[in-house]
Amino acid sequence: MSEQQTITLYPSRQFKDNARAALKDGELRQSLRTAMDYLMAKRLSAFSDGDELETLRTLGETIRQRCLAKLPELLEKLEAQLTANGVQVHWAETTEQANEIIHGLIARRGGTLAVKGKSMVSEETELNHYLEARGVTAVESDMGEYIVQLAGEKPTHIIMPAIHKTKAHIAQLFHDKLPDTPYTEDVDSLIRIGRNALRDLYLKADVGLSGVNFAVAETGTLCLVENEGNGRMCTTVPDMHIAITGIEKVVEKLTDVVPLYSLLTRSAIGQPITTYFNMISSPRKPGEKDGPREVHLVLLDNGRSQAYADEQLRKTLQCIRCGACMNHCPVYTRIGGHAYGTTYPGPIGEIISPHMLGLENTKDLPTASSLCGACGEVCPVKIPIPEMLMRLREEEQRPAGEVVAHPLRGQGAAHTGKEALAWRTWRGLFGQPGAYKLFGWAATRLRGLTPPGQLGWTQNHVPLKPAAKTLHQLVRERDAARR
Amino acid sequence: MSARDNILAKLRNAPRSAPVEPDVAAHFERFGPRWNEVEALRHWATMMRSVKTDIVWCTESDWPQRLAEQVKARPIRSLLLARQTPHGALAHTALEHNPLLQLKTFDRMVDDWKDELFNDTDAAFTVVRCGIAATGTLVLWPDADEPRTMSLVPPTHFALFDTRTLHADFHTAMTSEAWPNGMPTNALLVSGPSKTADIQLTLAYGAHGPRDLVVLAVLPPHLSADQLKDAA
Ligand code: SF4
Repeated sequence: MSEQQTITLYPSRQFKDNARAALKDGELRQSLRTAMDYLMAKRLSAFSDGDELETLRTLGETIRQRCLAKLPELLEKLEAQLTANGVQVHWAETTEQANEIIHGLIARRGGTLAVKGKSMVSEETELNHYLEARGVTAVESDMGEYIVQLAGEKPTHIIMPAIHKTKAHIAQLFHDKLPDTPYTEDVDSLIRIGRNALRDLYLKADVGLSGVNFAVAETGTLCLVENEGNGRMCTTVPDMHIAITGIEKVVEKLTDVVPLYSLLTRSAIGQPITTYFNMISSPRKPGEKDGPREVHLVLLDNGRSQAYADEQLRKTLQCIRCGACMNHCPVYTRIGGHAYGTTYPGPIGEIISPHMLGLENTKDLPTASSLCGACGEVCPVKIPIPEMLMRLREEEQRPAGEVVAHPLRGQGAAHTGKEALAWRTWRGLFGQPGAYKLFGWAATRLRGLTPPGQLGWTQNHVPLKPAAKTLHQLVRERDAARR
Repeated sequence: MSARDNILAKLRNAPRSAPVEPDVAAHFERFGPRWNEVEALRHWATMMRSVKTDIVWCTESDWPQRLAEQVKARPIRSLLLARQTPHGALAHTALEHNPLLQLKTFDRMVDDWKDELFNDTDAAFTVVRCGIAATGTLVLWPDADEPRTMSLVPPTHFALFDTRTLHADFHTAMTSEAWPNGMPTNALLVSGPSKTADIQLTLAYGAHGPRDLVVLAVLPPHLSADQLKDAA
């Protein structure tokens, strides 16, 4: 990209303002609360046998960890297998490179229209904007994504992109944006309107774009999970199919997908299975009468190798993008996906975005959690999300100059002189018995002087005030009384 | 260095410990369903019906007739089938006398008749490779005779399913049929007609794929539809 000036905005930097605004939006909070309650109940009913659930989660975790342990070898095997099957594999370190590759492929055949199946990785690369600026229209075909695109917004949930919208919003949107569309809040009619608007585009599109849920190294197979059939349309009807995915999505064996797929659909939406599980292993073969003549896979790094470098943070890459962590997150449920300002919101977004965007652009995310632990408890591949959050908090407080084995981009982004001084003082007091005693003596006597307003704390809490006696005093008194 | 080399080098530089080998087969051995033939079929039917699939129990000899009845009962004016296959030929014979129905075959590349396929083909009839009881699923391996778009583009899909090919779960289907030894261009699991809940979590059928899925489930001689009647 030479002729165009890129302006990068990091809305994630405004997390606190965004969150405050979202909290005041009663309608949004109502939509989110209802939806998350529904999704939590559905998940629960899909895992009626607790023993089976726990065993399956452990199996999912072990499979993902085994695949990650062999990641470089599996990526090479995947590439070799896909290439042998006739699928072309491309590698991109950055989102920019990925976009360039995809645009190059489309431009080579003079394409101007692409239909897209759901792909969070293409959201991550801002592919639609990149293509739009170069004369290629990319139309989202997943119903939720289509609605969000029509509204000029971004998805607010990785599984349910338009979960924040009511049917009245969508009725108005369709009425305003689609020609000759009467206002209707009937969901069947709204879906029919969406279906008809998109059907013509599948026919005309030069290229179909999609994500990938699992890429199987053993057989060179791209697996796509969906209910709507739009993913099948995008990967079957246009003459070229380009799939894009993160490097961590590779699994070793075909049988690995069976438990992972079951964990995915049950955790995400409480369905025992989705309507379609689409397994693509090659382009149209001689004699076959449909399917794309060209299939490409773009493998994207974009910070994943940074998470990979550290054995603890590597667990972040076990994620199968089910969205259960956000459905169960008390913070996400109150503010929704947009407030995070990142492609991936909620707990998974808090732990993956720092690797993609740097801690300097995501420094509020590791603390956007009460560490209640719900995310880690429901994660189908047992990612210890709270543990990851604490580690990221540590890294963003670590002075920028400190040398560590695996430095993270933006190390020390949340480090402030004031906070560092506070902790140093704290350490001084607690590390020396004399100083601690003196501090206790002074605090209990001067407690009357504590100010009623204590910065952010007193916005939601009663002011902190030292007790009249120190713990040491109390224990001494108790011991004396016992004697 | 290329992007590929850089990525692989970064990954290779990371410390790695030997992974624990998961035992996928043992999991399904322990938790997989244990049904007899009738129980498995009932479960399969219950699951499929719960996602708006029509199931018509048939026999080896009467399925073409049952197909003709199903087609007649619906506002279908054109139907796509693979006349060159044995089952397609039987279906053709059963349907060709319907004066209101135009029968089509996929005898050209899709590129030559996409418009007609999308805008002027009401239904398609294909065979099913096997079924999966646990999740209420049909497995399709489209091929040159019955291409991928047949089960996707026309609004109604009639699927011919030999119930003797029903597996208990996905793992059994995949391993007993040795899928890892060679996958086709496209393998598909289909569990109902297309659907979405993207608008305020309200379920609606007929998103982008078929609105109706009708399964002609052919029972072996020792089973009768009566034995399966109460599958919800
Ligand atoms: S972190 Fe776990 S719960 Fe969250 S999306 Fe990923 S797999 Fe699902």
